[in-house]
Amino acid sequence: MNTPTRAPIEKVSIIISKGSLDGIYPGLIMANGARAEGIEANLFFTFFGLDAVHKKRIDHIKVATVGNPGMHIPTLLGGLPGMSALATHMMNRQMEKLDIPPIGEFIEMIGDTGAGMYACKASVDMFKLSEDDFVPQIQEIITVGEFYDRAAGGQIIFT
Amino acid sequence: MSTATYAGQQVEVNDEGFFVDPAQWNRQMAIEMATADGIELGDRHWQVIEFMRKEYFEKGTGPTVRVLGKSSGVAVKELYELFPKGPAKMAARIAGIPKPKGCI
Repeated sequence: MNTPTRAPIEKVSIIISKGSLDGIYPGLIMANGARAEGIEANLFFTFFGLDAVHKKRIDHIKVATVGNPGMHIPTLLGGLPGMSALATHMMNRQMEKLDIPPIGEFIEMIGDTGAGMYACKASVDMFKLSEDDFVPQIQEIITVGEFYDRAAGGQIIFT
Repeated sequence: MSTATYAGQQVEVNDEGFFVDPAQWNRQMAIEMATADGIELGDRHWQVIEFMRKEYFEKGTGPTVRVLGKSSGVAVKELYELFPKGPAKMAARIAGIPKPKGCI
């Protein structure tokens, strides 16, 4: 039973900082889930997380098979050519079965839910990127200060 | 578990206000619930509501937003315009079905 004094979450700002499949999906699922519950949501892509919204990379996100103990593959095997592609393929197939969309479609869908999507200026400059490199769902390239401004009044989640 | 009164009838609802038994629902109840949420139900709302109920009775759980967007004839963007508090939370409740169990 809910206690009547428990304040519901009304706004979340989620930072995606990693460029691997397992680094990107959790943040997307949380943002999309927030919107489905009527919670306001922002996504802020920084560092390698920018790959999730980079036009040329969005459809080539892979799961790491080296340095990822969660995969339960010996490091030497994980480093063999094609291992990462194979693991990614298997994982994508499993997710499609669970009705989890590919990253490109997911980003589009989250944009349609009305969530805010932003790229981190420091990372964009560091990787020598520009607005043209990103999918249209990215509304703006913003500084960390502007991010805090947009996150005001809500929770911040770093992934 | 508690009860609520819609369209002059007592129905069982859970803590969040979702119907426990979707068979107790009727259209008049949906109109009342929507009005309380500040929504005037139009044709497009009904299309979503009817699709959700059909899916629920066929599959045992309400559709995810992705399925709604692909198969209900109402795209994701419009879904959020029709039900600003979120399709999972708002539309399912008005449609008289339990909250969809999926994460997507």
